[in-house]
Amino acid sequence: MTVHMAITPVWLNIDEKRAAAELREAREKLEGADGEAVLDFSSVRRVDASALRALEELAGAAEEKAVKVVLRGVNVEVYKVLKLVRLTRRFSFAN
Amino acid sequence: MIASETVQQRLTIPLSAESLSAERISYLEELVGQARNAAAVFTQFTQADVDRIVKAMVLAGLEQAQYLARLAVEETRLGVMEDKVIKNMVATEFAYHYAKDKRTVGVIREFPERNLEEIAEPIGVLFSLTPITNPTSTVLFKCIVAIKTRNAVIFSPHPKAAHCCAEAVRVMYETAVKQVAPEGVFACVEAPSLPDNAYLMRHKDVGLIDATGGPGVVKAAYSSGKPALGVGPGNTPVYFEKSADLNTSVVDIIVSKTFDNGTICASEQTVVIDDEIYDRVLKKFADLGAHICDEKETRLLERTVIDPQTGFMQAMAVGQKAEDIARFVGLEVKPGTKLLIAPIQGAGREHPLSVEKLFPVLGVYRAKSLNEALKVCVDVNHAGGIGHTAVIFSRNDEVIRKFGEVINAGRIIVNSPGSIGALGAVYNDLVPTFSFGCGTGGGNSTTDNVNIYHYLNIKRLARRTQNHMWFRVPNQIYFNMNAVENLRQFPSRTTIIVTNPALEQMGHVDIVRRFICPQTHVHVCVIADAEPEVKVVLQGVEALNFYKADQIIALGGGSVIDAAKIMKLKYESPDADLEELAAPFLDLRKRVVQYPTEKVKRARLIAISTTSGTGSEVTPFAVLMDKEQGRKVTLADYSLTPDVAIVDPQFVMSMPKGLTADTGIDCLTHALEAGVSNYASPYTDSNAMQAIGLAFQYLPIAYANPRDEEARCMMHNAACIAAMAFSNASVGVNHALAHAFGARFGVAHGRANALMLPHVIAYNAAVPTKFMPSPYQQGYVAHKKYAAMADLLGLGGNTVEEKVRKLIAALEQLLDQLGFPRSIAELGIAKEEFERALPDLVKAAFDDPSWRSNPRMPLMGELVELFWKAYRGRGGEEGTAGDTGLRT
Repeated sequence: MTVHMAITPVWLNIDEKRAAAELREAREKLEGADGEAVLDFSSVRRVDASALRALEELAGAAEEKAVKVVLRGVNVEVYKVLKLVRLTRRFSFAN
Repeated sequence: MIASETVQQRLTIPLSAESLSAERISYLEELVGQARNAAAVFTQFTQADVDRIVKAMVLAGLEQAQYLARLAVEETRLGVMEDKVIKNMVATEFAYHYAKDKRTVGVIREFPERNLEEIAEPIGVLFSLTPITNPTSTVLFKCIVAIKTRNAVIFSPHPKAAHCCAEAVRVMYETAVKQVAPEGVFACVEAPSLPDNAYLMRHKDVGLIDATGGPGVVKAAYSSGKPALGVGPGNTPVYFEKSADLNTSVVDIIVSKTFDNGTICASEQTVVIDDEIYDRVLKKFADLGAHICDEKETRLLERTVIDPQTGFMQAMAVGQKAEDIARFVGLEVKPGTKLLIAPIQGAGREHPLSVEKLFPVLGVYRAKSLNEALKVCVDVNHAGGIGHTAVIFSRNDEVIRKFGEVINAGRIIVNSPGSIGALGAVYNDLVPTFSFGCGTGGGNSTTDNVNIYHYLNIKRLARRTQNHMWFRVPNQIYFNMNAVENLRQFPSRTTIIVTNPALEQMGHVDIVRRFICPQTHVHVCVIADAEPEVKVVLQGVEALNFYKADQIIALGGGSVIDAAKIMKLKYESPDADLEELAAPFLDLRKRVVQYPTEKVKRARLIAISTTSGTGSEVTPFAVLMDKEQGRKVTLADYSLTPDVAIVDPQFVMSMPKGLTADTGIDCLTHALEAGVSNYASPYTDSNAMQAIGLAFQYLPIAYANPRDEEARCMMHNAACIAAMAFSNASVGVNHALAHAFGARFGVAHGRANALMLPHVIAYNAAVPTKFMPSPYQQGYVAHKKYAAMADLLGLGGNTVEEKVRKLIAALEQLLDQLGFPRSIAELGIAKEEFERALPDLVKAAFDDPSWRSNPRMPLMGELVELFWKAYRGRGGEEGTAGDTGLRT
């Protein structure tokens, strides 16, 4: 996992196998995000139930801290999962 | 015996969740949330993933079959442990056997010949209610089906089977998750209550309710407003017909009715036995361990096991042994009695034992005839069993089929046990299930054995189909000067020449006679009317019959040739109903009315055209006047197309100038409309373009110099070639307008066409307000095709728009050369009169089938506008194209 904090946004690459743990770490880092956090999902082909839970928690924390969370490079299969659990409206997406 | 409860109590499940505490709601929300997430995660799984999980679950279910069966019997106090083991094994092994090779992920079925694919979409979260009678087997079955289809399930078991069901869910869930199924994919409501069910049935995240149980459960499911598979009670009638194999049939019934003490709702309830075998059948039952009740015992039995208030079975008897029931009722039976058989005198409310009895008590009825037997079976069927299951034992196929026709049941089991037979895959090839769809009669959405396909949203990927097209014309076409000489090659015994008086006077008939095969008896049938009516045509048919004609030569313009086509039709197929054959249609290949193919006689039709316009000698159309109804009858079918067409210009050399112009413009309109038609093809395009070129070049010459042989010849060919195009591509809105206008104001068809044509080209070349569905075309191409016509004519222009303008200008110039009026107003029709006629004109034009192949769908308002443009006339300051907002 790499974290870029140099300018303003939090920038995280999410690894599929450690997705839930990394998303929880991302939630911790929201304090320093200064309005925006970018999570790179390019290498995530699938999400499991624990990753979904972590995403729900992350969304809740981001809303509380008024941080915009951008999910980057989400494939359509994962996007559909997020759509089904109504999480897409709680994140921004970038290609 | 279990605690007393009538089925009626289960009939009314309240749909109110108001009594739920906040804590309970939070618990239920947690279940749904987990299931929703699991279902979402599940969408990413492959076929291999789910097949691996299913196999592991099936093995686990088989492993735990006995354990779960014991739990079920201990908890519910009904049924037979050994039979419940079998049920659990059927629910797992048989379900697996059916589903294992079936695709349930991605593309599940392909129909390459139809360009169709079916793609599976999971439902998401299912809420499943399971019954007390088959608790663990139903759970096992539904878990397997759900995983196979990538769905999550929240189970709400019958409260009196909650523990064994929860255990079955646990076994399935733990095995599935071990195989990496999504967490939360199954859940079982703890201590389920009716308000819980009401809450979950209406939850926004529940996609489907799968309710297996009593009528109350099913009704509640369907009343919830959610899609539901509600599968409820039955009342299986059995017809024991005299031809049946007695030994096998009696054993089958005992096997079925005693299986799990009769708890399967497909088991036999009332057996209707033919009088001839009744005594032997009952003796056989008695020999094999059944107790046959006498009248007094029957009364006792019905008072005890059926609730006199509701007419439904008493829950205390459900799933109990025959001996226990007998003891409770007070009957003396032999030890080991398997079944209590009670003779009844009919079915329905007055005969309490004719209803569903989920315990080993069977009603029997003695039927004096087939008809009586079937009627009693229908009565039983309608006494709570509509749509469910029925059974027949017979070796008479006719009786079996009759029974299948009169009984309304999703499963009609033949010569096998009803309960196990209905479960499928044991005694027959029905799909294995633990949920029997009962159709609309049972308040259900399906009559199927519920299976994997009911747990899927099946999407159809329908690729664009390249529809077959056609190009059909007469077998033989002879053209150019003296082509009529080819008549010699057609041998005939008796030929009838159909013509009109003018052509006979002009000597044309004599010319034809000269070239008919020697030794042919020739008769002439003269049709006096310019527009022949049905009555006249039928007189012609009488002549054909009288002379036993084997050849018809139609010599004339469109009307004569059309009349001859219909004469041939009625001669060869006397029963053909012209009125019916004239029924409207949209697609030739899908039309409702089919033309006759069986012919009592045959006659060759040779068409010799004497005008250069309609092209009737090669078309599949025929128009007749129906004077009684005051309308034209149009027939269209390729069987009407003449066998031979002769396009000999010697018959048109004397056409008057006005007729030359009118028919010539009709020919050009055919070509222009076929060229841009939605049914146009490269085959029709080549003909349309050729005809356009010939008409523009030779029509002015033929008009100016009627004796110009080359011009006459080429226009005669042009008419035939254009007709070949529109015979296969049809015409367009110009014809619809012209038909309506011509009929209302008595204007010749070609002249009416000419008044509309420039405006219609401009209209079709503009971007349509409403596009016409056109599966045969690639996009909207009318404007480009007009431009190609302009190129063919060498009109110049750099853009499509310019070329279309030049085509319209060239057409207008041609119309001027031919002396056509520039507007309807020029015909002397007053504006007020036209305005008054306009609503009828628009209605008639819109009813005309011609425009259905037009590239642009004409809206009513556009038809009004087109009529007004034709009234005001072409040209003007901006030109005809200019004021239509032509955009290309």
